[in-house]
Amino acid sequence: MGEQKSMTIKGNMATAMGAKLCRPNVVPAYPITPSTLFPEKMSEFIADGELDASMINVESEHSAMSACIGASATGARVVTASASQGVALMHEMLFIASGMRLPIVMAVGNRALSAPINIWCDHQDTIASRDSGCLQFYAENNQEGLDLMINAFRIGEDERVLLPVIVGIDAFVLTHTIEGVKVPAQEDVDDFLPPYKPKHGTLDHRDPATFGSFAPPEYYQEFKFEQTKAMEDSRDVIDEIFADYANRFGRDYKKVSTYACEDADVILLTMGSMTGTAREAVKKMREEGKKVGLAKLTVYRPFPMPELKDILSSAKGVAVIERNISPGSTGAVYAELAGTFVNEKKRPLLKNFITGLGGRDTLVDTFEEIYDKTIEVIENGEVKVLVEWIAMNEEVMR
Amino acid sequence: MTQNEDIELFASGHRACAGCGEGTAVRQILKVAGPNTIATICTGCLEVVSTGYPETAWEIPLIHAAFENSASVASGVEVALKELGRKEGVNVLAFGGDGGTFDIGLQALSGMLERGHDITYICLDNEAYMNTGIQRCSSTPYGASTTTSPSGKYSIGESKQKKPIAAICAAHGIPYTATANIAYINDLKKKVKKAIETEGPSFLHVFAPCPTGWRHGSDDTIEIGRLAVQTGVFVLWEAVDGDICNLKVTVMPKKRKPVEEYLKRQKRFAHLTEEDIAKIQQEVDEKCDRYGLPKRE
Amino acid sequence: MTVKITIGAINKEHGSSKKYKTGGWRSVCPVVDLEKCISCYKCYDYCPDAAIKKIEDGIEYDLDYCKGCGICAAECPVKAIVMVKEEK
Ligand SMILES: Cc1ncc(C[n+]2csc(CCOP(=O)(O)OP(=O)(O)O)c2C)c(N)n1
Ligand code: SF4
Ligand code: SF4
Ligand code: SF4
Ligand SMILES: [Mg+2]
Repeated sequence: MGEQKSMTIKGNMATAMGAKLCRPNVVPAYPITPSTLFPEKMSEFIADGELDASMINVESEHSAMSACIGASATGARVVTASASQGVALMHEMLFIASGMRLPIVMAVGNRALSAPINIWCDHQDTIASRDSGCLQFYAENNQEGLDLMINAFRIGEDERVLLPVIVGIDAFVLTHTIEGVKVPAQEDVDDFLPPYKPKHGTLDHRDPATFGSFAPPEYYQEFKFEQTKAMEDSRDVIDEIFADYANRFGRDYKKVSTYACEDADVILLTMGSMTGTAREAVKKMREEGKKVGLAKLTVYRPFPMPELKDILSSAKGVAVIERNISPGSTGAVYAELAGTFVNEKKRPLLKNFITGLGGRDTLVDTFEEIYDKTIEVIENGEVKVLVEWIAMNEEVMR
Repeated sequence: MTQNEDIELFASGHRACAGCGEGTAVRQILKVAGPNTIATICTGCLEVVSTGYPETAWEIPLIHAAFENSASVASGVEVALKELGRKEGVNVLAFGGDGGTFDIGLQALSGMLERGHDITYICLDNEAYMNTGIQRCSSTPYGASTTTSPSGKYSIGESKQKKPIAAICAAHGIPYTATANIAYINDLKKKVKKAIETEGPSFLHVFAPCPTGWRHGSDDTIEIGRLAVQTGVFVLWEAVDGDICNLKVTVMPKKRKPVEEYLKRQKRFAHLTEEDIAKIQQEVDEKCDRYGLPKRE
Repeated sequence: MTVKITIGAINKEHGSSKKYKTGGWRSVCPVVDLEKCISCYKCYDYCPDAAIKKIEDGIEYDLDYCKGCGICAAECPVKAIVMVKEEK
């Protein structure tokens, strides 16, 4: 094993370094805050001869994902990056990339969606693409951003999966923040990730195939079933490949990772960078004798139902803290977690907290307040208000 | 390289309506392009009639992704071929309907042309959104009745002029731009060959009558294409390096027929009055003067 | 025969549309008089359905696919083709 180089870099640089180590052939991309550094860095790597690949400086994100689809179907390893409006603009093509079973990898700097326009962090952009059939990973810090990119290629390209993978890193909090990162050696990544050689088909005149067929009712549902099965099958593949990565590189990823959950009455469930602050809050509350734990969702698609059941069923109350909202319903994770537990006899009370939208800070206080409110629910034995908005700026409310 | 043009690369059994101009166009274009070709297509009639699973009419590799992005999918294909060392001797063709080209796909097309990909983009123009049931497009000519520009007491049908798509593409300064028509197969094939042999992006605007949408006899498809040229409604030209000031008219009608001969064979124009036709004639005359076409008979 | 689904709906059966015989759509059928035919192959060129084969001294129809559009008859310069009502 080569030595892992220590670097202090921004999150965008971390995902770009991760992508570079995977030797992509084609990088179609379109700039958008806060992901712009990604295409810039990839362009630089290519310009400096550090990466043998081609950029396609497309004229929109819709075309970025379209070019990804064309290149991937031709047999190239393809990576792109986007955020917010860009992810929304390419929405249509995400479903098509997945339906065609193309293992494109995309780094997303998770950012709020307009209107009003806002460039800061929340998860609404990728959550809105949750049904597209792309795997979705969320990083807590820059190291995770880099590692998850490398894992994304290997998992997406696995023949049991063959699906696109989105790696989310929080806007600014990660994309623009410098952190220490260990960068694996190229030869070790080469060893971990074999070249992409799709067996199911490529656009090649020596073996002509039609991609993107029109599927009538007698076939469509079966295609969707197979696509969904690939997503289901990715559960084991993710475990296997995360374990292999841990063996080789010493960093152990789990679909859901936990902190102080064993005897916890209340478990906070988080995603992305807010987990760091939540961990601090839990530490503090533990010192005060509060029985609280933390579960972090790294893999959101496929939604890790069995793991969440295992981890959360012993708690009395779970606070699902989300940087997204489905107006007229709940946060996305909450609804899915409720679905996970609906047939279980032993289940915690679930309460949904919406916070951190559009870059609203999530502070240690915020998590303490959430804990208190969850304890209240446990004491009352019922969840009177399913969804509560936390850390509101009362001064500006009408 | 000359191809064996007797080989059919767009196979029989496709579900296009009887007498569909797109069928003739694609068959002939692929004969010139040959088997070492990868094609992209837009959602539209061509995709629906040729790719219904488990069958496909395509003998060459084909990818259809969505309605508005044949050009950007093709961009990805072309760059990937180059990166993987497989581009040598392989043609990339991007097909789009008029809707997929003039309207919803114009941005992607402009990007493809501007970036200089070695792709031949071919717009198959049947002057409306046929696949969804004959709705107007910015390619629909003045006076044509469509389902979203119906003629009526207060409506002449389509009220706008056809967008000059080939000139817009040429304005990108691309190496080769041409208009073609399925009635003039030799001219069409020559242009396809030139476009493919040209390094870099080229654009072909191919006029392809649609008996279903234009409401003419299925046996009249070619004659209507021919009349479009003979009346000056559709001018066949080519331009090099985007220099449309020096474009070359490739099929010069000896004498120009009155537009009425073209219009009257199609029920989409059946509602037009003598004055309407006179107005269209005047506009065609003015356009033909600009192209240096002969005066009307 | 039922065809199984493939990964990503990728169809390697290129040209398989030929399994579907569009000849069934026809209500009128082209008939060629090879005595008149001058082997110009205009009919062959214009046919949208590749339903005409070139043969020595003329053409041959592939009635499995001919949809009976009448383009060939309309375009034949020597009127060697006539469209006749299909007998069903
Ligand atoms: C984003 C999107 N909008 C609308 C449609 C519906 N649609 C499918 S094909 C089509 C029209 C196609 O027209 P054109 O490109 O001219 O091709 P034609 O069918 O006439 O050959 C439309 C509107 C779609 N598939 N995707
Ligand atoms: S509607 Fe027109 S373009 Fe579409 S298949 Fe029929 S004839 Fe061809
Ligand atoms: S168009 Fe007429 S003359 Fe020419 S090949 Fe066909 S049948 Fe013969
Ligand atoms: S009638 Fe139409 S489909 Fe049949 S052979 Fe003639 S041109 Fe082809
Ligand atoms: Mg059209």
